[in-house]
Amino acid sequence: MTDAAELRALTQELLAAHPPGTTDRVDFLRARFDAGLAWVHYPRGLGGLGAPRALQAVVDAELTAAGAPDNDPRRIGIGLGMAAPTILQYGTEEQKRRLLRPLWTGEEVWCQLFSEPGAGSDLAALGTRAVREGDHWVVDGQKVWTSSAHLARWAILIARTDPDLPKHRGITYFVCDMTDPGVEVRPLRQITGEAEFNEVFLTGVRIPDSRRLGEIGDGWRVAQTTLNNERVAIGGTPIPREGGMIGKIAATWRERPELRTHDLHQRLLGLWVEAEVARLTGVRLRQQLVAGQPGPEGAGMKLNFARLNQEISGLEVELLGEEGLLYDDWTMRRPELVDFTGRDAGYRYLRSKGNSIEGGTSEVLLNIVAERVLGLPAEPRTDKDVAWKDLAR
Amino acid sequence: MSAQPEPALLYSEEEDALRAAVRDLLTDHCDPADVITRTESASPHDVSLWKSLAGPMGLAGLLVPEELGGQGATHREAAVVLEELGRAVAPVPYLTSAVVATEALLACGADDLLTEVASATSVAVLAVGLHVAPGGPVPGVRLEGDALHGELTGIADAAAADVLLVPADDGGLYAVRATDATVTPQTSLDLTRPLARVTLEAAPGRRLGDSAPAVRRALRSGAGLLASEQLGLADWLLTETVRYLKERKQFNRQVGGFQALKHRLARLWLEVAGLRAAARNAADALTTGADTDVAVAVAQAYAAQVAVRAAEEALQLHGGIGMTWEHPVHLYLKRAKADSIAYGAAGTHRSALADLAGLPKP
Repeated sequence: MTDAAELRALTQELLAAHPPGTTDRVDFLRARFDAGLAWVHYPRGLGGLGAPRALQAVVDAELTAAGAPDNDPRRIGIGLGMAAPTILQYGTEEQKRRLLRPLWTGEEVWCQLFSEPGAGSDLAALGTRAVREGDHWVVDGQKVWTSSAHLARWAILIARTDPDLPKHRGITYFVCDMTDPGVEVRPLRQITGEAEFNEVFLTGVRIPDSRRLGEIGDGWRVAQTTLNNERVAIGGTPIPREGGMIGKIAATWRERPELRTHDLHQRLLGLWVEAEVARLTGVRLRQQLVAGQPGPEGAGMKLNFARLNQEISGLEVELLGEEGLLYDDWTMRRPELVDFTGRDAGYRYLRSKGNSIEGGTSEVLLNIVAERVLGLPAEPRTDKDVAWKDLAR
Repeated sequence: MSAQPEPALLYSEEEDALRAAVRDLLTDHCDPADVITRTESASPHDVSLWKSLAGPMGLAGLLVPEELGGQGATHREAAVVLEELGRAVAPVPYLTSAVVATEALLACGADDLLTEVASATSVAVLAVGLHVAPGGPVPGVRLEGDALHGELTGIADAAAADVLLVPADDGGLYAVRATDATVTPQTSLDLTRPLARVTLEAAPGRRLGDSAPAVRRALRSGAGLLASEQLGLADWLLTETVRYLKERKQFNRQVGGFQALKHRLARLWLEVAGLRAAARNAADALTTGADTDVAVAVAQAYAAQVAVRAAEEALQLHGGIGMTWEHPVHLYLKRAKADSIAYGAAGTHRSALADLAGLPKP
């Protein structure tokens, strides 16, 4: 019922009532949310109009043309991409009304309290405990690799509420107030010298039962909604040839003839070919998605991306010779946005080591390809029917 | 670098239909056991299979214009045919006659011979060693008066040829009837695409045109579409190995359940997916003429390692049975290894990219 013409008209109404040039940024974003133009596929009253998701592009184009401010989506990616769809699917009406508007405008930043020192690839083994006390839950434990925790007002949290059940069944999903006095956020310094992430220590944190998402013990299923949204559809914009890491080393090669050797040349050409093939694989995958025949190649794209980033940046450090022995800056910093191709070659080399660990290790992804794409037998499981408290750790 | 036009990397419905028709024919008429037996017979090429593919299906004339009796199709369709022929390691002169020699004839405007090739009356073969890359040095025979003298080696499918397209030292490309030449089979690594020595002793030849541009065009198409054959080989090898490892049991388990083997197969799958994109890209670029040199060089710089590794992994993961003459995996290994040299090795194509991509050598 809502079509592109109607959305254009609504967008023009919004712009007329709140001219971007003379309206405060947050006021404009709130007005946009209230007009249902924030995410048009969300329900009315929650920033949307129940329109097809594809029509968002119509609104965005009109707003960009008018010079309207946006909600800086890269800065609030966890809220938009992970927390919001989970709240929408499992939240109560009250939770949706309280949380979604400031989440979307960026007034309240979100983080994700999932991974733990003892639960990485095996996330379902997590040990952070939540114990019921009347109308509250008392939470104790430690989370790790948390982006934006030092900026966040809220967190999505999974914690163990029943250690006597097998690990997937005793987990419950909460919204945690990061201003609670029991929440301590410490920067987690990584091998690059900076701290993109945090460790979060939870000590006697009191969460009202009204901030539970989904049923008690159903947290693993709720978390699947979050995780399925983690890697949103592979980029809408095509990557040009020499996009990404390979473009950096190619530029250095062209600008610095004195660094060239025959050995480096052969290795560079080999990686250039592999980067181009990986790019073409991505182009083909996107064409399959557009044609409505999604292929399994997506599962493999991250494997390519991780390996090539690591090999190319490693070669670049070697190419630089004497300069490769230096590093731009070890100062402990808190970058708000991370660019894998940013800074110097040494940084790229070190940062890309994380690419085969974060968001699913390459080893787990290879299992997924082998089992789901090739149909090979699953790994033998010894943990499915054992109470969490009896698991080896 | 400047933005490239986006190539079309999927298969069209027509291409899928063509694939299905070719696969049906090969399933019925190209049984691996028969292919193995044929390799040691007096006629290693499967003439009757070739007649079925070339005649009723019209595949020999895919690249020939309709007014000359061909199909007026494109490299994209020819690539699909090559994928299927690769999957079956079919011993037919498709790549050599219907692609490489046909491109040379198109470059020379040799309409009468194109009609012969398209109608499957003749098999034509370019008398250039299979290992020669596009732009590589091409040996020629001597022209004395109006007769040709000399010997050329490593000519793929020459034993099946009716017409040989021979470069001569005057810079011309000559058509020589096979009956006017001596074709001696060479014992070849690849049993299903055998090589031969061509000897000319005062052989009569007809000058078709300039050799260099015709040979270059022919070898570039050969190299670009060879990637689709290599894709077909790799795809069959991966599929067959996965099938076998689900069925094979050792240590009271399916062998395919061991993680070390799962990871090897998953990596191979990823490489085959990359090869599919690269091979489609090369076929599309040969069709549109956009970015063709880069697309062909990228495909050939990548394809050989994937096809050879697929064959080597298939052999290893089949265990002892893979080492037997009876099991067809060796046909694929031999073809994949020979293909890694055909129309220029990967390193030659990488070197070409140094110029094409502006990454100069030291």
